[in-house]
Amino acid sequence: MKIQLRTPLDETAVRALRAGDRVQLSGVVYTGRDAAHKRLVAMLDAGEKLPVELSGQAIYFVGPCPAPPGRPIGSAGPTTSGRMDAYSPRLIAECGLRAMIGKGDRNAAVRAAMRNHGCVYFAATGGAGALIARSIVRAEVVAFPDLGPEAIYRLELDRLELVVAIDADGNSLYR
Amino acid sequence: MRIVNFDTVAEAVTDLCGRAACDLPHDVLSALRDAGTRERGELAGDFFAQYLRNAELAATERLPLCQDTGFAVFFAEMGRDAVLDRGTLYDAVTAGTREGYRRFFLRKSIVADPLFDRKNTTDNTPVILHLSQVPGDRIKLVLAPKGGGSENMSALRMLKPSEGRRGVADFVTDAVICAGGNPCPPTIVGVGIGGTMEYAAYLAKRALLRPVGKPSPDPRYAELEAEILERINASGVGAQGLGGDITALAVHIEFHPCHLASLPVAVNLNCHAARHAEVIL
Repeated sequence: MKIQLRTPLDETAVRALRAGDRVQLSGVVYTGRDAAHKRLVAMLDAGEKLPVELSGQAIYFVGPCPAPPGRPIGSAGPTTSGRMDAYSPRLIAECGLRAMIGKGDRNAAVRAAMRNHGCVYFAATGGAGALIARSIVRAEVVAFPDLGPEAIYRLELDRLELVVAIDADGNSLYR
Repeated sequence: MRIVNFDTVAEAVTDLCGRAACDLPHDVLSALRDAGTRERGELAGDFFAQYLRNAELAATERLPLCQDTGFAVFFAEMGRDAVLDRGTLYDAVTAGTREGYRRFFLRKSIVADPLFDRKNTTDNTPVILHLSQVPGDRIKLVLAPKGGGSENMSALRMLKPSEGRRGVADFVTDAVICAGGNPCPPTIVGVGIGGTMEYAAYLAKRALLRPVGKPSPDPRYAELEAEILERINASGVGAQGLGGDITALAVHIEFHPCHLASLPVAVNLNCHAARHAEVIL
Protein backbone atom coordinates (compact mmCIF):
# COMPACT_ATOMS: atom_id res chain seq x y z
CA MET A 1 0.00 0.00 0.00
CA LYS A 2 1.57 3.29 -1.07
CA ILE A 3 0.85 6.50 0.80
CA GLN A 4 -0.24 9.38 -1.42
CA LEU A 5 1.28 12.71 -0.38
CA ARG A 6 1.08 16.15 -1.93
CA THR A 7 3.27 19.16 -1.14
CA PRO A 8 3.24 21.44 0.77
CA LEU A 9 3.52 19.13 3.78
CA ASP A 10 2.45 19.96 7.31
CA GLU A 11 4.21 18.79 10.45
CA THR A 12 1.48 16.29 11.42
CA ALA A 13 1.62 14.50 8.06
CA VAL A 14 5.41 14.38 8.18
CA ARG A 15 5.55 13.06 11.75
CA ALA A 16 3.03 10.31 10.87
CA LEU A 17 5.44 8.77 8.35
CA ARG A 18 7.48 5.75 9.42
CA ALA A 19 10.80 4.48 8.04
CA GLY A 20 9.97 1.87 5.42
CA ASP A 21 6.72 3.49 4.27
CA ARG A 22 6.32 3.56 0.51
CA VAL A 23 5.14 6.94 -0.72
CA GLN A 24 4.06 8.50 -4.00
CA LEU A 25 4.74 12.22 -3.84
CA SER A 26 2.97 14.79 -6.00
CA GLY A 27 3.07 18.57 -6.17
CA VAL A 28 5.85 21.13 -6.26
CA VAL A 29 9.37 20.41 -4.99
CA TYR A 30 12.58 22.39 -5.42
CA THR A 31 15.86 20.96 -6.60
CA GLY A 32 19.10 21.80 -4.88
CA ARG A 33 22.49 20.22 -4.58
CA ASP A 34 25.99 21.20 -3.47
CA ALA A 35 26.45 24.65 -5.01
CA ALA A 36 22.84 25.79 -4.46
CA HIS A 37 22.92 24.71 -0.81
CA LYS A 38 26.15 26.56 -0.26
CA ARG A 39 24.57 29.74 -1.64
CA LEU A 40 21.33 29.32 0.32
CA VAL A 41 23.21 29.00 3.59
CA ALA A 42 25.46 31.95 2.69
CA MET A 43 22.30 34.00 2.14
CA LEU A 44 20.98 32.92 5.56
CA ASP A 45 24.31 34.00 7.08
CA ALA A 46 23.97 37.38 5.40
CA GLY A 47 20.37 37.75 6.57
CA GLU A 48 19.06 37.85 3.00
CA LYS A 49 15.71 36.54 1.78
CA LEU A 50 16.01 33.19 -0.01
CA PRO A 51 14.97 33.03 -3.67
CA VAL A 52 12.49 30.21 -2.89
CA GLU A 53 10.07 29.75 0.00
CA LEU A 54 11.07 26.51 1.72
CA SER A 55 8.52 26.47 4.54
CA GLY A 56 6.48 23.26 4.30
CA GLN A 57 8.39 22.33 1.16
CA ALA A 58 10.64 19.53 -0.04
CA ILE A 59 14.10 19.76 -1.57
CA TYR A 60 15.10 17.12 -4.09
CA PHE A 61 18.88 16.62 -4.28
CA VAL A 62 19.25 16.36 -8.05
CA GLY A 63 21.11 17.89 -10.94
CA PRO A 64 19.03 16.88 -13.95
CA CYS A 65 20.10 16.30 -17.54
CA PRO A 66 19.04 18.97 -20.05
CA ALA A 67 15.51 18.50 -21.38
CA PRO A 68 15.42 16.96 -24.86
CA PRO A 69 12.87 18.56 -27.25
CA GLY A 70 9.29 17.81 -26.24
CA ARG A 71 10.10 16.80 -22.68
CA PRO A 72 9.93 18.83 -19.47
CA ILE A 73 13.25 17.47 -18.20
CA GLY A 74 15.99 14.94 -18.90
CA SER A 75 17.02 12.10 -16.59
CA ALA A 76 16.62 13.22 -13.00
CA GLY A 77 17.58 10.72 -10.32
CA PRO A 78 18.85 11.58 -6.83
CA THR A 79 22.41 12.49 -5.94
CA THR A 80 24.24 11.45 -2.74
CA SER A 81 22.57 13.31 0.14
CA GLY A 82 25.51 13.12 2.53
CA ARG A 83 27.17 16.04 0.76
CA MET A 84 24.26 18.24 1.86
CA ASP A 85 24.61 17.21 5.53
CA ALA A 86 26.64 20.35 6.22
CA TYR A 87 23.73 22.55 5.10
CA SER A 88 20.43 20.71 5.68
CA PRO A 89 20.09 21.36 9.44
CA ARG A 90 20.05 25.13 8.81
CA LEU A 91 17.31 24.85 6.17
CA ILE A 92 15.25 22.59 8.44
CA ALA A 93 15.63 24.74 11.56
CA GLU A 94 15.54 28.22 10.04
CA CYS A 95 13.35 27.80 6.95
CA GLY A 96 10.86 25.11 7.98
CA LEU A 97 11.95 22.60 5.31
CA ARG A 98 9.68 19.55 5.76
CA ALA A 99 11.19 16.93 3.45
CA MET A 100 14.37 16.00 1.62
CA ILE A 101 14.69 13.56 -1.26
CA GLY A 102 17.99 11.92 -2.10
CA LYS A 103 20.00 8.75 -1.76
CA GLY A 104 22.28 7.39 0.96
CA ASP A 105 22.46 7.91 4.72
CA ARG A 106 22.39 11.24 6.62
CA ASN A 107 24.52 12.22 9.61
CA ALA A 108 23.51 12.67 13.25
CA ALA A 109 23.14 16.46 12.97
CA VAL A 110 20.61 16.11 10.16
CA ARG A 111 18.67 13.41 12.02
CA ALA A 112 18.56 15.61 15.14
CA ALA A 113 17.25 18.59 13.17
CA MET A 114 14.64 16.33 11.56
CA ARG A 115 13.49 15.15 15.00
CA ASN A 116 13.46 18.59 16.57
CA HIS A 117 11.59 20.37 13.79
CA GLY A 118 9.57 17.65 12.05
CA CYS A 119 11.20 16.74 8.75
CA VAL A 120 11.35 13.50 6.78
CA TYR A 121 14.02 12.04 4.50
CA PHE A 122 12.87 10.13 1.44
CA ALA A 123 15.04 7.86 -0.69
CA ALA A 124 14.46 8.02 -4.44
CA THR A 125 15.94 5.26 -6.57
CA GLY A 126 19.53 6.18 -7.41
CA GLY A 127 20.57 5.35 -10.96
CA ALA A 128 17.00 5.25 -12.27
CA GLY A 129 17.00 8.76 -13.73
CA ALA A 130 15.08 7.91 -16.90
CA LEU A 131 12.29 6.23 -14.95
CA ILE A 132 12.08 9.05 -12.40
CA ALA A 133 11.86 11.67 -15.16
CA ARG A 134 8.45 10.23 -16.07
CA SER A 135 7.09 11.44 -12.72
CA ILE A 136 8.20 15.01 -13.38
CA VAL A 137 5.56 16.81 -15.39
CA ARG A 138 6.95 20.35 -15.33
CA ALA A 139 10.34 21.92 -14.64
CA GLU A 140 11.61 25.49 -14.64
CA VAL A 141 14.73 27.16 -13.28
CA VAL A 142 13.75 29.56 -10.49
CA ALA A 143 17.11 30.53 -8.98
CA PHE A 144 20.86 30.52 -9.65
CA PRO A 145 20.67 29.86 -13.43
CA ASP A 146 24.43 30.41 -13.66
CA LEU A 147 24.92 27.10 -11.85
CA GLY A 148 23.71 25.09 -14.86
CA PRO A 149 22.66 21.62 -13.67
CA GLU A 150 23.10 22.84 -10.08
CA ALA A 151 20.54 25.64 -10.46
CA ILE A 152 17.37 25.52 -8.36
CA TYR A 153 14.49 24.13 -10.41
CA ARG A 154 10.85 24.15 -9.47
CA LEU A 155 9.57 20.68 -10.33
CA GLU A 156 6.01 19.51 -10.46
CA LEU A 157 5.77 15.86 -9.51
CA ASP A 158 3.13 13.32 -10.36
CA ARG A 159 3.39 10.32 -8.01
CA LEU A 160 7.15 10.07 -7.66
CA GLU A 161 7.97 6.70 -6.06
CA LEU A 162 9.81 7.16 -2.75
CA VAL A 163 10.65 5.28 0.41
CA VAL A 164 10.78 6.85 3.86
CA ALA A 165 14.44 6.15 4.61
CA ILE A 166 14.69 8.17 7.85
CA ASP A 167 11.58 9.33 9.68
CA ALA A 168 11.08 12.29 12.01
CA ASP A 169 11.59 10.04 15.05
CA GLY A 170 15.07 9.13 13.85
CA ASN A 171 14.19 5.59 12.70
CA SER A 172 16.32 4.63 9.72
CA LEU A 173 16.48 1.91 7.10
CA TYR A 174 20.25 2.37 6.78
CA ARG A 175 22.46 0.12 8.82
CA MET B 1 51.27 3.64 -42.03
CA ARG B 2 47.51 4.23 -41.91
CA ILE B 3 46.17 7.79 -41.91
CA VAL B 4 43.04 8.18 -39.78
CA ASN B 5 40.81 11.19 -40.22
CA PHE B 6 40.56 13.42 -37.14
CA ASP B 7 36.83 14.01 -37.76
CA THR B 8 36.16 10.28 -38.06
CA VAL B 9 37.58 9.78 -34.59
CA ALA B 10 35.64 12.74 -33.18
CA GLU B 11 32.36 11.55 -34.72
CA ALA B 12 32.91 8.03 -33.36
CA VAL B 13 33.48 9.51 -29.91
CA THR B 14 30.29 11.57 -30.16
CA ASP B 15 28.37 8.39 -30.98
CA LEU B 16 30.03 6.60 -28.03
CA CYS B 17 28.82 9.34 -25.65
CA GLY B 18 25.20 8.73 -26.62
CA ARG B 19 25.46 4.95 -26.56
CA ALA B 20 27.30 4.80 -23.25
CA ALA B 21 24.76 7.09 -21.55
CA CYS B 22 21.62 5.32 -22.79
CA ASP B 23 22.45 1.65 -23.40
CA LEU B 24 23.24 -0.53 -20.41
CA PRO B 25 25.71 -3.20 -21.59
CA HIS B 26 24.22 -6.70 -21.95
CA ASP B 27 26.48 -8.23 -19.32
CA VAL B 28 25.31 -5.67 -16.74
CA LEU B 29 21.68 -6.24 -17.70
CA SER B 30 21.92 -9.99 -17.28
CA ALA B 31 23.81 -9.61 -13.99
CA LEU B 32 20.98 -7.36 -12.73
CA ARG B 33 18.30 -9.81 -13.91
CA ASP B 34 20.09 -12.68 -12.24
CA ALA B 35 20.66 -10.79 -8.99
CA GLY B 36 17.01 -9.71 -8.94
CA THR B 37 15.89 -13.32 -8.91
CA ARG B 38 18.20 -14.08 -5.98
CA GLU B 39 17.12 -11.07 -3.91
CA ARG B 40 14.67 -12.09 -1.15
CA GLY B 41 13.86 -8.62 0.23
CA GLU B 42 10.61 -7.09 -0.99
CA LEU B 43 11.85 -3.49 -1.20
CA ALA B 44 15.23 -4.52 -2.63
CA GLY B 45 13.48 -6.77 -5.16
CA ASP B 46 11.40 -3.80 -6.25
CA PHE B 47 14.58 -1.75 -6.81
CA PHE B 48 15.87 -4.44 -9.17
CA ALA B 49 12.60 -4.25 -11.12
CA GLN B 50 13.01 -0.46 -11.31
CA TYR B 51 16.60 -0.80 -12.57
CA LEU B 52 15.45 -3.06 -15.39
CA ARG B 53 12.52 -0.80 -16.31
CA ASN B 54 14.89 2.17 -16.25
CA ALA B 55 17.33 0.41 -18.60
CA GLU B 56 14.52 -0.47 -21.01
CA LEU B 57 13.15 3.06 -20.97
CA ALA B 58 16.61 4.61 -21.41
CA ALA B 59 17.36 2.42 -24.42
CA THR B 60 14.02 2.90 -26.20
CA GLU B 61 13.53 6.60 -25.46
CA ARG B 62 17.22 7.53 -25.73
CA LEU B 63 17.33 9.05 -22.27
CA PRO B 64 20.44 8.74 -20.10
CA LEU B 65 20.20 5.84 -17.62
CA CYS B 66 21.35 8.22 -14.91
CA GLN B 67 21.35 12.02 -14.83
CA ASP B 68 24.98 11.87 -13.77
CA THR B 69 26.43 11.26 -17.20
CA GLY B 70 29.79 11.45 -15.58
CA PHE B 71 33.37 12.35 -16.21
CA ALA B 72 34.22 11.10 -19.71
CA VAL B 73 36.99 8.58 -19.00
CA PHE B 74 38.54 6.96 -22.06
CA PHE B 75 40.80 3.96 -22.35
CA ALA B 76 42.44 4.14 -25.76
CA GLU B 77 44.77 1.81 -27.59
CA MET B 78 46.49 3.36 -30.54
CA GLY B 79 48.19 1.09 -33.04
CA ARG B 80 51.78 2.11 -33.71
CA ASP B 81 51.01 2.26 -37.44
CA ALA B 82 47.98 4.55 -37.09
CA VAL B 83 48.44 8.30 -37.45
CA LEU B 84 45.87 11.09 -37.32
CA ASP B 85 45.74 13.42 -40.31
CA ARG B 86 45.80 16.36 -37.91
CA GLY B 87 45.84 17.11 -34.19
CA THR B 88 46.30 14.64 -31.39
CA LEU B 89 44.10 11.78 -30.24
CA TYR B 90 43.38 13.81 -27.11
CA ASP B 91 42.11 16.70 -29.24
CA ALA B 92 39.88 14.41 -31.31
CA VAL B 93 38.43 12.71 -28.23
CA THR B 94 37.82 16.09 -26.61
CA ALA B 95 36.06 17.45 -29.70
CA GLY B 96 33.88 14.35 -29.96
CA THR B 97 32.96 14.46 -26.29
CA ARG B 98 32.04 18.14 -26.43
CA GLU B 99 29.66 17.43 -29.33
CA GLY B 100 28.30 14.20 -27.80
CA TYR B 101 27.32 15.80 -24.50
CA ARG B 102 25.59 18.60 -26.44
CA ARG B 103 23.88 16.47 -29.07
CA PHE B 104 22.49 13.85 -26.70
CA PHE B 105 21.41 16.26 -23.94
CA LEU B 106 23.82 14.81 -21.41
CA ARG B 107 24.59 16.63 -18.20
CA LYS B 108 27.72 18.74 -18.07
CA SER B 109 29.29 17.81 -14.76
CA ILE B 110 32.84 19.11 -14.80
CA VAL B 111 34.03 22.14 -12.84
CA ALA B 112 37.18 23.90 -13.99
CA ASP B 113 38.83 24.48 -10.62
CA PRO B 114 38.38 21.77 -8.00
CA LEU B 115 38.86 23.94 -4.93
CA PHE B 116 38.20 27.64 -5.41
CA ASP B 117 35.77 28.68 -8.17
CA ARG B 118 34.21 25.31 -9.02
CA LYS B 119 32.80 26.88 -12.18
CA ASN B 120 31.19 24.50 -14.67
CA THR B 121 33.14 24.19 -17.94
CA THR B 122 29.70 23.82 -19.63
CA ASP B 123 30.78 21.22 -22.20
CA ASN B 124 31.87 18.33 -19.95
CA THR B 125 35.51 18.69 -20.94
CA PRO B 126 38.30 18.10 -20.23
CA VAL B 127 38.21 14.34 -20.67
CA ILE B 128 40.45 11.79 -18.99
CA LEU B 129 42.36 9.76 -21.56
CA HIS B 130 44.39 6.67 -20.68
CA LEU B 131 46.37 6.06 -23.84
CA SER B 132 48.56 3.12 -24.65
CA GLN B 133 50.46 2.27 -27.81
CA VAL B 134 49.92 -1.21 -29.22
CA PRO B 135 51.00 -3.11 -32.36
CA GLY B 136 48.91 -2.72 -35.54
CA ASP B 137 47.14 0.17 -37.24
CA ARG B 138 43.83 0.29 -35.38
CA ILE B 139 42.53 2.68 -32.75
CA LYS B 140 40.39 1.19 -29.99
CA LEU B 141 38.41 3.57 -27.82
CA VAL B 142 36.48 2.60 -24.70
CA LEU B 143 34.39 5.26 -22.98
CA ALA B 144 33.46 4.61 -19.37
CA PRO B 145 31.54 7.67 -18.14
CA LYS B 146 32.07 7.83 -14.39
CA GLY B 147 29.49 9.25 -12.02
CA GLY B 148 30.53 11.19 -8.95
CA GLY B 149 28.48 9.26 -6.40
CA SER B 150 30.30 5.99 -6.94
CA GLU B 151 33.67 7.61 -7.65
CA ASN B 152 33.53 9.42 -4.29
CA MET B 153 33.48 6.07 -2.50
CA SER B 154 36.87 5.05 -3.88
CA ALA B 155 39.62 4.00 -1.48
CA LEU B 156 43.33 3.46 -1.69
CA ARG B 157 45.79 2.15 0.85
CA MET B 158 49.43 1.18 0.80
CA LEU B 159 49.32 -2.02 2.85
CA LYS B 160 52.34 -3.64 4.42
CA PRO B 161 53.29 -6.78 2.50
CA SER B 162 52.88 -8.69 5.79
CA GLU B 163 49.15 -7.85 5.80
CA GLY B 164 48.83 -10.06 2.73
CA ARG B 165 45.66 -11.65 1.44
CA ARG B 166 43.71 -11.07 4.63
CA GLY B 167 44.63 -7.39 4.71
CA VAL B 168 43.50 -6.92 1.13
CA ALA B 169 40.19 -8.75 1.69
CA ASP B 170 39.41 -6.74 4.85
CA PHE B 171 40.28 -3.41 3.26
CA VAL B 172 38.16 -3.97 0.14
CA THR B 173 35.20 -5.39 2.08
CA ASP B 174 35.22 -2.50 4.57
CA ALA B 175 35.43 0.09 1.80
CA VAL B 176 32.33 -1.28 0.10
CA ILE B 177 30.33 -1.67 3.33
CA CYS B 178 31.27 1.83 4.56
CA ALA B 179 30.10 3.25 1.23
CA GLY B 180 26.58 2.13 2.18
CA GLY B 181 23.90 3.43 -0.16
CA ASN B 182 26.01 6.28 -1.54
CA PRO B 183 27.43 4.59 -4.67
CA CYS B 184 24.00 3.25 -5.79
CA PRO B 185 24.42 -0.42 -4.92
CA PRO B 186 24.47 -3.10 -6.14
CA THR B 187 27.91 -2.05 -7.29
CA ILE B 188 30.66 -3.58 -9.33
CA VAL B 189 33.80 -3.53 -7.24
CA GLY B 190 36.99 -2.79 -9.15
CA VAL B 191 40.17 -3.65 -7.27
CA GLY B 192 43.73 -2.88 -8.29
CA ILE B 193 46.51 -4.67 -6.44
CA GLY B 194 50.18 -3.89 -7.00
CA GLY B 195 52.02 -1.42 -9.18
CA THR B 196 52.54 2.00 -7.63
CA MET B 197 50.02 4.23 -5.88
CA GLU B 198 48.59 5.75 -9.06
CA TYR B 199 48.85 2.53 -11.05
CA ALA B 200 46.80 0.60 -8.49
CA ALA B 201 44.07 3.21 -8.91
CA TYR B 202 44.27 2.87 -12.70
CA LEU B 203 43.99 -0.93 -12.39
CA ALA B 204 40.94 -0.61 -10.13
CA LYS B 205 39.20 1.55 -12.73
CA ARG B 206 40.21 -0.72 -15.59
CA ALA B 207 38.85 -3.71 -13.65
CA LEU B 208 35.38 -2.18 -13.99
CA LEU B 209 35.50 -2.78 -17.74
CA ARG B 210 35.68 -6.57 -17.41
CA PRO B 211 32.41 -8.35 -18.31
CA VAL B 212 30.44 -8.46 -15.06
CA GLY B 213 31.18 -11.53 -12.99
CA LYS B 214 33.87 -12.93 -15.28
CA PRO B 215 36.45 -14.26 -12.84
CA SER B 216 40.14 -13.39 -12.90
CA PRO B 217 42.12 -15.77 -15.13
CA ASP B 218 44.41 -16.44 -12.14
CA PRO B 219 42.60 -18.96 -9.91
CA ARG B 220 44.10 -17.48 -6.70
CA TYR B 221 42.69 -14.07 -7.53
CA ALA B 222 39.41 -15.58 -8.74
CA GLU B 223 39.03 -17.28 -5.36
CA LEU B 224 39.76 -14.01 -3.56
CA GLU B 225 37.17 -12.22 -5.73
CA ALA B 226 34.54 -14.79 -4.77
CA GLU B 227 35.41 -14.58 -1.09
CA ILE B 228 35.23 -10.78 -0.97
CA LEU B 229 31.94 -10.79 -2.89
CA GLU B 230 30.42 -13.22 -0.42
CA ARG B 231 31.52 -11.11 2.55
CA ILE B 232 30.16 -7.92 0.97
CA ASN B 233 26.80 -9.51 0.25
CA ALA B 234 26.60 -10.97 3.77
CA SER B 235 26.64 -7.39 5.08
CA GLY B 236 22.99 -6.80 4.21
CA VAL B 237 23.66 -3.25 2.90
CA GLY B 238 21.57 -4.14 -0.15
CA ALA B 239 20.21 -2.24 -3.13
CA GLN B 240 20.27 1.52 -2.46
CA GLY B 241 21.73 0.76 0.99
CA LEU B 242 18.22 0.10 2.28
CA GLY B 243 18.83 -3.55 3.14
CA GLY B 244 19.01 -6.67 1.00
CA ASP B 245 20.94 -9.72 -0.09
CA ILE B 246 22.78 -8.17 -3.04
CA THR B 247 25.17 -5.29 -2.30
CA ALA B 248 27.62 -6.02 -5.12
CA LEU B 249 27.18 -7.78 -8.45
CA ALA B 250 30.83 -8.72 -8.80
CA VAL B 251 34.36 -8.14 -7.55
CA HIS B 252 36.99 -7.77 -10.27
CA ILE B 253 40.66 -7.78 -9.29
CA GLU B 254 43.46 -6.66 -11.60
CA PHE B 255 47.03 -7.11 -10.40
CA HIS B 256 50.50 -5.99 -11.40
CA PRO B 257 54.10 -6.43 -10.20
CA CYS B 258 55.02 -4.09 -7.36
CA HIS B 259 57.97 -2.83 -5.33
CA LEU B 260 59.34 -5.29 -2.77
CA ALA B 261 58.44 -2.88 0.05
CA SER B 262 54.83 -2.31 -1.09
CA LEU B 263 51.35 -3.77 -1.36
CA PRO B 264 49.20 -1.04 -2.93
CA VAL B 265 45.44 -1.71 -3.02
CA ALA B 266 42.87 0.52 -4.69
CA VAL B 267 39.09 0.19 -4.79
CA ASN B 268 36.93 1.87 -7.42
CA LEU B 269 33.18 1.27 -7.44
CA ASN B 270 30.74 1.38 -10.30
CA CYS B 271 27.04 1.86 -9.66
CA HIS B 272 24.48 -0.59 -11.03
CA ALA B 273 24.16 1.67 -14.08
CA ALA B 274 27.65 0.48 -15.05
CA ARG B 275 28.12 2.21 -18.35
CA HIS B 276 30.70 1.73 -21.03
CA ALA B 277 30.84 1.57 -24.80
CA GLU B 278 33.62 0.91 -27.26
CA VAL B 279 34.56 1.32 -30.88
CA ILE B 280 37.45 0.11 -33.02
CA LEU B 281 38.53 2.32 -35.88
